[in-house]
Amino acid sequence: MKEGYVNIGKRLPRIDGIVKATGEAKFAGDLSLAGMLHAKILRSPYPHARLLHIHTDKAKRLSGVRAVVTGKETVGFKAGGISATGDEPYLALDKVRFIGDAVAAVAAIDEETAEEALDLIEVEYEELPAVLDPVAAMKQEAPLIHDHAPLNISFKTDLSYGDVDKAFRECDYVREDRFETAPIRHGFIEPHAALASWDRSGRLSFWGSKQSPYFTYRNMAKALNIPLSRIRVVQPYIGGGFGGKNEMFNVDFCAALLSRKTGRPVKIVVSQEEVLFAYRQRHPTIIDLKTGLKKDGTLQAVEAHIIADGGAYLSIGALSLYLMCAFFCIPYRLPNMKAKGYRVYTNTQPSCAMRGHGVPQSRFAAEVQLDIAAKEMGLDSIDIRLKNALKPGETTPNGFKITSCGLEESIMESKRIIARWIEEKPKDGDKKKKSGIGIGCYGYVSGPRMAGHNTAGAVIKVHEDGGISLFTGSTDVGQGSDTVLSQIAAEVLGARLEDIRYGMVDSDITPLDPGTFGSRVTFITGNAVRIAAEDVRNQLAEVAANTLEANPKDIVFKDRKVYVAGSLDRSMPFSKLVKIAQYSGTGKTIIGRGYWAPEGLEVPNFETGRGNMSAAYSFGTQVAEVEADTDTGMIKVIRMAMIHDCGQPINEMLMEGQLEGSAIGGVGHTLTEEIIRKEGQTMNASLLEYRIPTTVDACRMEIYHTETRDDLGPFGAKESGEGIQVAVVPAIVNAIYDAIGVPFKRIPVTPDVVLNALKGKGQKEV
Amino acid sequence: MKKQIKLKVNGFEYDVWIKTHWTLLDVLRDEIGLMGTKKGCDRGECGACTVIMNGEAILSCLVLATQCRGKEILTIEGLARDAKLDPLQDAFVKHGAIQCGFCTPGMIMASRALLNKTPHPTVEEIRRGLSGNLCRCTGYIKIIAAVQKASTTEEHR
Repeated sequence: MKEGYVNIGKRLPRIDGIVKATGEAKFAGDLSLAGMLHAKILRSPYPHARLLHIHTDKAKRLSGVRAVVTGKETVGFKAGGISATGDEPYLALDKVRFIGDAVAAVAAIDEETAEEALDLIEVEYEELPAVLDPVAAMKQEAPLIHDHAPLNISFKTDLSYGDVDKAFRECDYVREDRFETAPIRHGFIEPHAALASWDRSGRLSFWGSKQSPYFTYRNMAKALNIPLSRIRVVQPYIGGGFGGKNEMFNVDFCAALLSRKTGRPVKIVVSQEEVLFAYRQRHPTIIDLKTGLKKDGTLQAVEAHIIADGGAYLSIGALSLYLMCAFFCIPYRLPNMKAKGYRVYTNTQPSCAMRGHGVPQSRFAAEVQLDIAAKEMGLDSIDIRLKNALKPGETTPNGFKITSCGLEESIMESKRIIARWIEEKPKDGDKKKKSGIGIGCYGYVSGPRMAGHNTAGAVIKVHEDGGISLFTGSTDVGQGSDTVLSQIAAEVLGARLEDIRYGMVDSDITPLDPGTFGSRVTFITGNAVRIAAEDVRNQLAEVAANTLEANPKDIVFKDRKVYVAGSLDRSMPFSKLVKIAQYSGTGKTIIGRGYWAPEGLEVPNFETGRGNMSAAYSFGTQVAEVEADTDTGMIKVIRMAMIHDCGQPINEMLMEGQLEGSAIGGVGHTLTEEIIRKEGQTMNASLLEYRIPTTVDACRMEIYHTETRDDLGPFGAKESGEGIQVAVVPAIVNAIYDAIGVPFKRIPVTPDVVLNALKGKGQKEV
Repeated sequence: MKKQIKLKVNGFEYDVWIKTHWTLLDVLRDEIGLMGTKKGCDRGECGACTVIMNGEAILSCLVLATQCRGKEILTIEGLARDAKLDPLQDAFVKHGAIQCGFCTPGMIMASRALLNKTPHPTVEEIRRGLSGNLCRCTGYIKIIAAVQKASTTEEHR
């Protein structure tokens, strides 16, 4: 680590810690305005049906009801993630496509009345045959969910590099397996909530739990058919997102529409049950994977065929499918690869981005298959990874340019950790309990390059008491970016973290920003903040140079002071400098401006996979130790270690928190979490039956990072905390393989699955 | 039909008009305006609405407001005294136990009730004591550590 930093690399408490610890932090559902109405959404009870008529009269007549809206009263805008053609209306128009699709919304004086009114809305449906299985959905005879999508395919990818067929012929070892992943939840505890207030001048103010508020800003204008300038989106504190709060949803739209209709502020807070059956999930997948190696373990070729169940709408699924396929090219050198992907419509909850976005599914398959191959070939699973690990300066066949890369170092470190763990293992343990150790590797992006707006901006204003206001368009959904960005500003300006006041997103004031996704905020917004702070520093250095009779280049900002390099006695407090700048002569308004996006990246083509997704890739190795109870089938993760190449950490404590949360989330993904559906109906739409990890699942954790520094990242920083979830799943599955000799090819690996496998072991492969 | 009841929250008495089926959670938030207690699931599964009633951690979404007459209710807003954070709040802030912050009030109240009964809990006791409070952000590791740290600093209170 570079020495001499005051803020960077320090374990500083987050700037919003106190207001969150005291309950003062306001989330969308905590907000209220005078005269506010409460609204509720009526949802489809059918997975697939034609909407014939909606009778709202009775509901409208209920005392306390102020308005009822249906799709008929909208301009028919359809959202479509990042695709040009939308497919998802915020209120159903002609059809409903999954159980939970929004059909109507009611605003009333209180929630109870709104809910009562929902029961009075009569909807005439004509039931249609439901398509619930993605494989069946692609058959010629399957009913179409969207008329524009033959075979119910919502998006297709076809990646092909090198000569796969020739490569397989020349391989010493080839194996093929089918892997499957279950649909899972983002699992944020704060339900979706929105508050909208339409004033008589025709302006809409909107507060919502949105991790990327500018998606809502744009789509709201389109869906209401009003100019963008009439919309103001303001961000309250956000109770977790993990990819599930990126898009604008019906809850946001209905609040705005009902506010326009009633002339009153309208708030909607959906229930957790609604979150669980009527909003988003991670894509479940079926992955047929073929891998070929030379006998020394050199990877030669991969061929993948992926079916991803996208549910009823496209959402951001084109990107999801691209990521699933293109990320076979990373973190190992792979000269030949082919990946065909199909994202398929079914009459279930729509799938979208979730922590690791698409990569956890395909990396699970690739890393587990690699362990099976290594075992069968008599090779060491660490050595085989080390042999194929990408190095700095390499370019993957699809065009990812690897700059900083600590993968080799992280794999070598994992070897030392595993050796130590084996030594520490109790020698005479319980015979019924078998323990094992497994690893997995990953590579991930530090901000994705996509078509459209990519730039992050930052504005910094200084105050005469030495205080500093920082505005960006990025949101902190819990990951700590408000603190990290403030640390960057403080470091450049020689200030302390507590001097910074961070202003959350307000589309009237803060710079335009794509949003919080793809681990882009620290890397991209962080650079914008650095540049804005340097702008302020340059402006103030001019003033200081005048006063201290020096060259602006020689003015140093440190410890809340400025001084002339080499002569510490020629100095003044930062606050005094600001005052001089603002008060003397005609006075100056000191405002710093910065904007940044990586230059020269080839925008990825989602269909062919070509392009360079990011200006910096992070890497890492995850190690897991498990204990398998052969009596009960229970798998317990005993401990995990992660060796992480995130460049220079800006805040180690926050970074650890990100890694720990991501890893424990991965434990849920691997061992317990699965959305169970019967005929399109979610059977476990509660946090009791859908089991996310609890305190009893929190295992010991060792965190290390490699000695890497990224040249482009702010102070050398890269992605942290998202990518690791990609490697957690295979590390645990490989540890189970090591413990009981069974490589599981479907997650979650629940106790009944383990017991069945143990019963069948020896007779057939699982 | 609404009826009037008295509730004692954070040391203050409130006269509130309620419907008899309203939960303590709804009355705290919508009638008294204490929004620090969060509504995560509204059916006793996530722990975000945890408050302390007569020294016991309870899920305020599962208790009717009328059942709380004559009881001492403590919410997150009542924890800091004389502008000084409770040692648990302080430990949560200092040791990185907070991320999005939505589960935090419930988590701190559950921890407060635990430490009141068991001033020096083992890690296992903390795990069991907080197993009803869900958090997707932190992986719980820093939460468990913060409760442990708070339990040691409290001796000097």
